[in-house]
Amino acid sequence: MKKISIDPITRIEGHMKIEAFLDGNIVKDARCSGTLYRGFETILRYRDPRDAQRITQRVCGVCPAVHCTASTLNLDSAFAVSDKIPDNARIMRNLVLGSNYLQSHILHFYHLTALDYVDITAVAKYNGNDPGLKSVKSFIERGNLAPFVPRYEGDYRFDTETNQVLVKHYLMALEMRKLSHEILAIFGGKMPHNATVVPGGITERPTVDKITGFLWRLNKIRDFINTIYLPDVLAVATTYPDYFKIGQGPNNYLCYGAFDLESDNPDYSTRKRLFPQGVVMGMKELQPLDTDKITESVKHSWYDGEDSVHPSKGVTIPNPRKEDAYSWIRSPRYNGTVCEVGPLARWVVAYFSGDSYVKNAVDKLISDIKIDISSLNSVLGRHAARALDAKYVADKMAEWVLQLDPDGPAFVEYEIPEEGEGMGIVDGPRGALGHWIRIKEKKIDKYQLVVPTTWNGSPMDENGQHGPMEQALIGTEVRDPSNPFELVRIARSYDPCLACSVHSLDVNGNNIGELKVV
Amino acid sequence: MEEKVVEYPAVWIAGASCSGCSVSLLNSVSPAVQNLLVDPIIPGKHVSLRFHATIMAGSGEAVIQVLRETSDKLPEKFILMVEGSVPTGEDGLFCTLGEIDGKEVTMKDMVKELASKAMAAIAVGSCSSFGGIPSGAPNPTGAKSLKQFLEEEGINIPLINVPGCPPHPDWIMGTVATVLLSGIPDQSQLDEKLRLKSFYGTLIHDNCPRRGFFDAGIFAEKPGDEGCLYQLGCKGPYTYADCPIRHWNNGVNWCIGAGAQCIGCVEPDFHDMYAPMFEKIKENDYEKFKIRIKSE
Repeated sequence: MKKISIDPITRIEGHMKIEAFLDGNIVKDARCSGTLYRGFETILRYRDPRDAQRITQRVCGVCPAVHCTASTLNLDSAFAVSDKIPDNARIMRNLVLGSNYLQSHILHFYHLTALDYVDITAVAKYNGNDPGLKSVKSFIERGNLAPFVPRYEGDYRFDTETNQVLVKHYLMALEMRKLSHEILAIFGGKMPHNATVVPGGITERPTVDKITGFLWRLNKIRDFINTIYLPDVLAVATTYPDYFKIGQGPNNYLCYGAFDLESDNPDYSTRKRLFPQGVVMGMKELQPLDTDKITESVKHSWYDGEDSVHPSKGVTIPNPRKEDAYSWIRSPRYNGTVCEVGPLARWVVAYFSGDSYVKNAVDKLISDIKIDISSLNSVLGRHAARALDAKYVADKMAEWVLQLDPDGPAFVEYEIPEEGEGMGIVDGPRGALGHWIRIKEKKIDKYQLVVPTTWNGSPMDENGQHGPMEQALIGTEVRDPSNPFELVRIARSYDPCLACSVHSLDVNGNNIGELKVV
Repeated sequence: MEEKVVEYPAVWIAGASCSGCSVSLLNSVSPAVQNLLVDPIIPGKHVSLRFHATIMAGSGEAVIQVLRETSDKLPEKFILMVEGSVPTGEDGLFCTLGEIDGKEVTMKDMVKELASKAMAAIAVGSCSSFGGIPSGAPNPTGAKSLKQFLEEEGINIPLINVPGCPPHPDWIMGTVATVLLSGIPDQSQLDEKLRLKSFYGTLIHDNCPRRGFFDAGIFAEKPGDEGCLYQLGCKGPYTYADCPIRHWNNGVNWCIGAGAQCIGCVEPDFHDMYAPMFEKIKENDYEKFKIRIKSE
């Protein structure tokens, strides 16, 4: 069999490699590998629990706001204030998380994905007066095209004019993702790595100028989503329609829910959220989320240890020379089953929960582009779900910001317990994120994370089940193995975030010199 | 006729990082990142960013070859920009950047190869400048700052640190512009931590809008309170950066402006020595940090 090895996969967050084994032109086997390990949980041990909120944001500079949200929910629960957070704080936290959704989705479609479909060299023929495109044209004329070459050649299907328009949108999108961080900073202080969200609430106060400044910047982003982003996703969908058949994942979906709509239910598995919690197996009926059914395996990961254990029970021994291992990512499973997470999973779960907004939006989409719902399990289905996600969240944020009370409280006091445990679960832009903590003598005894790309990018488990991205690659026809567009388009449709996905879980010792952790 | 544009080749590689420095660079307002990529950001001078894994079009071995070609064909002509620290444990196996001829290339080996040929290096962010978060105790991967790694490998090239978690985009862009305008900064432009004094020359505490509260002895007791944040663990009194004047994200806000204490993210002691982040520093540590404040 011929092997295609793509290392690194660029235009993602972090360090990733894929290997595809071809019989003829068909992928018969595939492997995804995470190639960076930092050991966050080991670093967190023995620290002040509150510092976890700041440190875990640094897991990922693309999605720090969701780590901030999960760690804060985790600490709220460990500090016994998860049902006492003032509405102002709940809403500002939602606005911080929502702003990060917008920047992440816009960045992903335009700056991480678009160059797989859009031919930037078409701008060489541009004759108009747009300053951005004229700049790109002079850049091309100077003849030094880095970092836009080298690239795969052959399958760029848009006509010259459409390519030029899409390059212009690529430049506009740079401004829109930046504006999304600007609105995040209004209530978050700064970004990346916001400063204000803390256990007990938030440090910022919702003054009237902040509320209106937020709303009117947000309106520009909403306008971009409605008039540029959504139509561009449809343009890609109609020009590359075969990608509704390419990249089929496991067809099982998991969502932790996102955007708290109530403050007084301490159970995050049942708390009312904009996107509901749940699991859908095989694109039919919703099951309630039971976090006890989550397990992780290390069979093909560079760790020694047992397979199929709950994250709170696992023991990890990093072993970069382990035989049969090929990734720093572990293999999380739900009730033993491989599940996909992310915008598509979020929308499938909401769809089968009967959410009327989501149901209408999905039904309209599939009727407009004349596909059936099963075709959403594809490269284009993931891009479409992500774009719908951006619109829904942005529209809701415009409502939420007006619910803030400039005179109301945004913080409730707490005591750090001598001993305690906590859990924080929430869906970020890339899907289900869970943080778990155990406190001993007011310090972190154990801190664990199971993040979205750990689910999507996981290697094979002990039962021989491939992770979602590997399943999506297997069976694919690669038309030109020297320019394997299909493989990178599939990988990027998951919006992988490798910095997030690689962790040592539940490290119970610190004999790091010998890499032996008992 | 357009004037001739001189290309300044640069490569940006990331080791033990979170990509936050790259994302912060995307937040640059004037010049914006698209200006950096395609326009001469100083008239007649264009930074040719030959490698940046988050931005570049290509994938796979072809892009690793770009790195190799840069060091082979442009010796002493390119700038090496490094995001993230350099994991050195287990012979560098904790971080690989890609493959050449079916063999993994570690971050450690690639930094060594590129740095030994580069004209100068810029360490972007606190991980690259000082070790940062991955080097926090017990430093599970043997993560090192670029400076420490180069010293241990005996590689001696000019180095500028641009710390921050992440660094403000103006600090990154401003450092690049400094090099384009007047060449590699000399020692007089840098502080002893190899940071440009123009950005890292003043104490946050000296320019803080809450300084009046500190002088009057008015201290916030919990988040959201009016007053100086010192008792809540603010590290502004021993952190050198221009955040209070520059502000973040197009100037809309900054940590202390939003009621959050400074965590000292630009300093070598971030994040171990400055922990716990939410606790006031102990008075007997004042001397260690050379804190020049009156006891309240």
